[in-house]
Amino acid sequence: MLLEVRNLTIRFGSTTVVDDVSFDVDAGERLGIIGESGSGKTLTSLAVIGLLPDVANISGSIKFNGQELTDLKDRELSSIRGKHIGMVFQEPLTALNPLMRVGKQIAQPLRNHQGMSLKEGMKRAIALCERVGLPDPDRIVRSFPHQLSGGQRQRIGLAIALACSPALLIADEPTTALDVTVQKEVLKLMNDLVSQEGSALIFVSHDLPVVSSMTERVAVMQHGNIVELASVDALFANATNDYSKMLIRTAQLSDDSFARFTTGSAQ
Amino acid sequence: MTVILEAVKLSRSFRLPRTGFGKERAMRLALVDVDLQVNQGARLGIVGESGSGKTTLARLLLGLDTPTAGFVKFRNEPLVGQDMYQFRRDVQVVFQDPRSSLNPRMSVENIIREPLECLNVPGDQTARIDEVLTAVGLSLDLRHRFAHELSGGQRQRVAIARALAPHPKVLIADEPVSALDVLVRDEILGLLAGLTDNLGLTLILISHDLSVIARLCEDVVVMQNGVIAERGKTADVFQFPQHEFTKKLIAAVPRLPSNS
Repeated sequence: MLLEVRNLTIRFGSTTVVDDVSFDVDAGERLGIIGESGSGKTLTSLAVIGLLPDVANISGSIKFNGQELTDLKDRELSSIRGKHIGMVFQEPLTALNPLMRVGKQIAQPLRNHQGMSLKEGMKRAIALCERVGLPDPDRIVRSFPHQLSGGQRQRIGLAIALACSPALLIADEPTTALDVTVQKEVLKLMNDLVSQEGSALIFVSHDLPVVSSMTERVAVMQHGNIVELASVDALFANATNDYSKMLIRTAQLSDDSFARFTTGSAQ
Repeated sequence: MTVILEAVKLSRSFRLPRTGFGKERAMRLALVDVDLQVNQGARLGIVGESGSGKTTLARLLLGLDTPTAGFVKFRNEPLVGQDMYQFRRDVQVVFQDPRSSLNPRMSVENIIREPLECLNVPGDQTARIDEVLTAVGLSLDLRHRFAHELSGGQRQRVAIARALAPHPKVLIADEPVSALDVLVRDEILGLLAGLTDNLGLTLILISHDLSVIARLCEDVVVMQNGVIAERGKTADVFQFPQHEFTKKLIAAVPRLPSNS
């Protein structure tokens, strides 16, 4: 098993924000985490990559490739982060360093983890830009984040996350800040790259149609608990939890009204 | 049907920042010769990518910005020269992010009272505040709360209540649900539908998401690069899209596995 999360509980002071959460992700497998804001889905994914703030109190176990992550010191975690586990964040404008040209930011994990020189790193950065479908990569690597569009920035985020071919990619609401047309392109790109790399994927979102198009299994979170964990098909066929049912009903309502228009049965 | 709000050959361009020493400042055409008629009581959707000119059009229709060419007509009269107090009472707006559009230092009650005061709306203010709070489905106990003490959905309801306070005829909603969760999004869309029906409001709904437009609007305008690429009944446009860009937008809507 690539990732084993057991009885993960996260507390801030006396408030429990993630309560006794367990799940597995096998190599190459894709898991979706869905839930409303405040349900603990982001904190769960941040815990896996060890990015929770110091005030957070974590108990339980997170094993990656058999190695316990919760015991590791920051320095030891750094050798896993970016190398074996990559992460794409929601808002690429805040996730990228505004003062550093994006080429250098893409080269950074390669220099840290694979001992590349700046020159080699920049060469790889250009190749990676091309791979994530950015036009004119020679120019892009010399740009600052604010000079790029939202979709371009998120492609850079993907390039950084995938630079070292991680075994696990965590994407936290990667397309929520994007337009629908750009969202579609970025999702397709992520889908293709993850398949090519054979990486496992944890995809966090509040949008059921998006999650179901990207993953095979879905964990539904509410108030810090996983209330349902099932394959996408099984979830749609027979969800047992009330909250999951409501999510599905809402998604279907919106999907149906759209389908009625596009197929013309509204007339 | 009477036309309530109208754009006539509306254009707006912006001067871009200088790109280098001694270089000319380039012009950006945000909106080019847009003609648009909005019928009284209609629900019109405006859809397009970021940068297509949707928000520029909304700002011009609201009189928050001055067109470089063309003009806006309200009740068949050019907007320039009209009583702006009356116009602001009649045409109200809901913005995308209620976090930034609500004053963080005002209580809910004062947020809703503000337009009543500065637009000289006659009648008992406290009664009106209760009325609009009830209309948007908020408990009256929330009146002394501040924006940061509310959830995202509640905040957007306050923004809608504020817009409704001066008895508007037209409501312009600029991406009202983009910052919200799916379940909350559904509630707010339901609320907007109910309000426009009950109050006979004219609704102009701006979104980049066609499924949102599909929920609410009979008519739709598709914008691209500052011009109207396509317009018509929502059912016709979605079923038989003529323009390449419309087809792309329709294909981009995330679908459920069972229906795709």
